[in-house]
Amino acid sequence: MAVLGSSIKRREDPALITGEGKYIDDLTLPGMTWAAIVRSPHAHARIKSIDTSVAKKTVGVVAIFTGKDIADSEHGGVVPVGWLLPDLKTPAHPILAVDKVRHVGDGVAVVLAEDRYTAHDAAEQVEIDYEPLEAAVDPKAATEEGAALVHEEAPNNIAFDWELGDKEKTNSGFAAAAHTVALDLRNNRILPFAIEPRGCLAHYDKNRGLTLRMTSQNPHVHRLLLSLASIALPEHKIRVIAPEVGGGFGSKIHLYPDEAIVSWCAIRTGRPVKWIATRSEGSTTDAHGRDHVTHAELAIDGDGKISGLRADTHAAMGAYLSTFAPAVPTYLHGTLLSGQYDIPAIYVHVTGTFTNTAPVDAVRGAGRPEATFIVERLMDLGARAMGLDPAEFRRRNFVSADAFPYQTQVALAYDSGNYEPALDKALEIAGYAQLRADQENRRKSPGEDGGKLLGVGLSSYIEACGIAPSAVVGSLGAQAGLYESAKVRVHPTGSITVYTGSSAHGQGHETTFAQIVAEKLGVDIDAVDVIHGDTQEVQFGMGTYGSRSAAVGGSAIVRSIEKIIAKGTTIAAHLLEAAEGDIEFEKGEFRVKGVPGKAQSWGDVCLMAYLAHNLPEGLEPGLEETSFYDPANFTYPFGTHVAIVEVDPETGEVEILRYIAVDDCGNQINPMIVEGQVHGGLAYGIGQALWEEAVYNQAGQLTTATLLDYAMPKAHQLPSYETASTVTPCPHNPLGVKGIGEAGTIASPPAIVNAVCDALSPFGVTHLDMPLTPERIWRAIHPGEDA
Amino acid sequence: MFPAKCDYYRATSAAEAIDLLGRHDNARLLAGGHSLIPMMKLRLCEPAALIDIGRLEELRGVSENDIGDNALRIGALSTHTEIATSETLRTRCSLLAEAARQIGDPQVRNKGTIGGNIAHADPASDLPAVLVALGATIHILGPNGERSIAAPSFFTDLLTTALEPNEIVTTIEVPVAPPGSGSAYLKVEHPASGYAVCGAAATMTIEGSSCTAASLAFNGVAATPVHAEAVTAALAGTAADDSAFRAAVDAHLEIAEPLGDLHASGEYRVALAKVYGRRALEKARDRALS
Ligand SMILES: Cc1cc2nc3c(=O)[nH]c(=O)nc-3n(C[C@H](O)[C@H](O)[C@H](O)COP(=O)(O)OP(=O)(O)OC[C@H]3O[C@@H](n4cnc5c(N)ncnc54)[C@H](O)[C@@H]3O)c2cc1C
Repeated sequence: MAVLGSSIKRREDPALITGEGKYIDDLTLPGMTWAAIVRSPHAHARIKSIDTSVAKKTVGVVAIFTGKDIADSEHGGVVPVGWLLPDLKTPAHPILAVDKVRHVGDGVAVVLAEDRYTAHDAAEQVEIDYEPLEAAVDPKAATEEGAALVHEEAPNNIAFDWELGDKEKTNSGFAAAAHTVALDLRNNRILPFAIEPRGCLAHYDKNRGLTLRMTSQNPHVHRLLLSLASIALPEHKIRVIAPEVGGGFGSKIHLYPDEAIVSWCAIRTGRPVKWIATRSEGSTTDAHGRDHVTHAELAIDGDGKISGLRADTHAAMGAYLSTFAPAVPTYLHGTLLSGQYDIPAIYVHVTGTFTNTAPVDAVRGAGRPEATFIVERLMDLGARAMGLDPAEFRRRNFVSADAFPYQTQVALAYDSGNYEPALDKALEIAGYAQLRADQENRRKSPGEDGGKLLGVGLSSYIEACGIAPSAVVGSLGAQAGLYESAKVRVHPTGSITVYTGSSAHGQGHETTFAQIVAEKLGVDIDAVDVIHGDTQEVQFGMGTYGSRSAAVGGSAIVRSIEKIIAKGTTIAAHLLEAAEGDIEFEKGEFRVKGVPGKAQSWGDVCLMAYLAHNLPEGLEPGLEETSFYDPANFTYPFGTHVAIVEVDPETGEVEILRYIAVDDCGNQINPMIVEGQVHGGLAYGIGQALWEEAVYNQAGQLTTATLLDYAMPKAHQLPSYETASTVTPCPHNPLGVKGIGEAGTIASPPAIVNAVCDALSPFGVTHLDMPLTPERIWRAIHPGEDA
Repeated sequence: MFPAKCDYYRATSAAEAIDLLGRHDNARLLAGGHSLIPMMKLRLCEPAALIDIGRLEELRGVSENDIGDNALRIGALSTHTEIATSETLRTRCSLLAEAARQIGDPQVRNKGTIGGNIAHADPASDLPAVLVALGATIHILGPNGERSIAAPSFFTDLLTTALEPNEIVTTIEVPVAPPGSGSAYLKVEHPASGYAVCGAAATMTIEGSSCTAASLAFNGVAATPVHAEAVTAALAGTAADDSAFRAAVDAHLEIAEPLGDLHASGEYRVALAKVYGRRALEKARDRALS
């Protein structure tokens, strides 16, 4: 059986599930101190004074530093922004606040102590005199008159004003439309909540420089940003290592002040410094996701064909611009508004606003869930307005299979797609016709089946992942390229070590990347190891996020393997005294075509590459190749999900009866891992739809900072998913693969909300904002009812 | 995450625990630690001393036989798991076992104790209303000896009980379910914490097709358990059918100051109590009849 495409078990799991994995908090260095960061309890305040004298007297305290100490020092810097939009306001983000704090959790001072308890005790003793100011919290209200100003440099709290699409054409499409539907929605702010909190351990040595072990999805990017902006050290004097990382979901892409503070402290004191966020500290400082306020409209002609879509969004940036924040509600959001549909005119306008909250940046799906939510909710409203079944309305508007490559009205050119088979498959698994009949029956005779309301929701989503090519993202404002690197090192005995720039933190690269190599080189998978996550071992790389690893990182490996095979062929041809063109490589052997038995084994060729006793003239010894793969385009996974729910009309409680996910991520390297990614993504999206919301009150206090209040989905709340796939390979990468890490998160929120709104349609409910708490639903069913 | 410093003592008897409480300012008993430790980690509570009673065998266990007056005795240190799996309780006081089974997750149930649960008196806990509906008695030991309090008088306010400082809950006494009776505990979980947004505990005794006695109480909807005596008084002697339950609940369930939070307002909790109160009565009846 082929290795590529088989569901072999994850090689990384035995160590992880037996507690052998070493995460940051498992690491200790001699002489290590503990950092506790003193954080603002206010959303917005002027710092009048800081008194550390009492705290410094605590036994076991090593040092206490403030923002001023850092600002006045040689190695102090700022937190940079990695994506620039035209006219973007980029107020400085000091690594510790100096005169003003701008969100609850903003760092003000750092305490180093001999143990973590002392550090936290002493942190409580640091006396800070604040002058509290009004807070701006809501992304839209922040732009209105009288709102508190987060940064002097950004009038009306506007960080950027961005648009995409043809406004005139879209407006005339609307003017001529037979039907229009409109939607006002709030896409709820969510916390990323990786199971392992953020943390780092810094160690400075005058000769070797800084070694920073940290929870990172992209160690090279962290090193680059630290060197460029946050810590004045040359790049080669910084080594960033990501040991085991317990999930990231985007939150460990970004450069935070914390790793810069800890690095600065290690340089200043000469002692190793460790910092681990507490759970509630993470809640107020990890970059959050979503938080959009949107008005959107769909125009439809008399035949049920969409003639236009427009959307106006206010997107919270939070108190400071996080690493890739400006890209998320713009190029990762506006560009997705065509969905799976042939829409002749689209216009989107986004206002990015500063608010006195934690920064908002990429969180699983990043922009694409927000866009998909708009499109898929509008599709249901459109279907209802037209009196069409939602499946039929979608089908009527799909980009047809023969229209690819398809240029959307919002910049993206879809390379491939085949939307109807995925819809058909999902409807078939669901038993759609029967479901509609059951629903009809229940509506006719309410009271049966316990009076529960049945709802069916569809979501035909598109995702754009593995963003690329670098030249294009550069022209859109990225301060980085979006290629990936791979070095394939073949050892003299033929075993292989792969060095990938794609730094895994739960995705299973050590398995899937080894499968690629084992398949392509015809070696046993146990002869292949995958190394990632250390800037000293691995050549420059971009990291793991945006569902890019297989499509970009995997392709880079293939490119290196092709170079290895080419060199091996040269060596084999020489040894076999045959022309290179007559050599074929198959199943671990270099054979002379058409001459049975005339072959050199993989092992012999590898050995000869290193013995170098008999190499073709001019050929360098060794067998090791590096590639930087820059894709031609994004990849465009898609699919249709169906949620089937029951709503208790007396209480508003929702039960998901079934959830069907049909996803097309192209060729699958490991179907079990694909399914695992789908499961995790669904839990993420269903969580956002039904339970999760990071709530700031008017004063800018996060009222859901602990797991007692913030409702992460739990296994017993989720249904057993029914997954299936169609396969439309990506035409432009060598594996034909597309991303799958975010698909579930992107598709599921509208599937759930569409299902609940479908169940509630007899009550005239057209839209409810997430999370769909029972109370929200109950109020929709019982408007104005006094309990 | 990091509790403030405190002293720690392990008591070897209930009497010693009381003595230790008397000798230390701002001391707290530590039983299963599953309410106290989280509060200490958030520094919402910073006791100067912890008196660990967790290993006092004398306060543990469910009596096999009734102790007279058709009552069962449960040691305050019995864990939720012990209660949920006790054969005696499952057959003779199943309401308590049913509720204990719905607390938290296996780890919480393996560590948390009934004494700690009621002494903590979280309005969203599962056991308080159950003990009220059962008509349980709480036995207490203090510097001046023993005393007993009926469950409804034990819970005096949010996180507040009738316990005096230096007193300790030793046993909880619950009546054996009478013949011809049934009970049910229904719970709406908070999606984050798993605690009760509304927990309805009902018992009912049926003769023929009419209800001769019933009780109904709620967790999660007010600062202390809501004892819906007016509802069950209206039911006594009536036909035990759904419409009677609905009428009684709609007419007689009153919740003066309902609790509300981000997830569920007071108004909504009252609506939940009406629905789940009725459903708990129905289920208790069905079980009485089966
Ligand atoms: C994740 C999680 C989920 C939970 N979910 C639920 C749930 O769904 N439903 C629910 O009901 N509970 C829930 N709990 C709480 C759990 O039931 C606790 O175990 C219980 O409330 C307290 O019991 P304990 O033995 O742990 O007490 P401790 O935490 O040790 O003590 C609690 C308080 O009671 C005092 N105390 C303890 N024992 C005595 C005694 N014998 N006499 C006098 N005072 C005493 C202590 O001094 C302290 O003030 C949950 C807890 C956690 C951590």
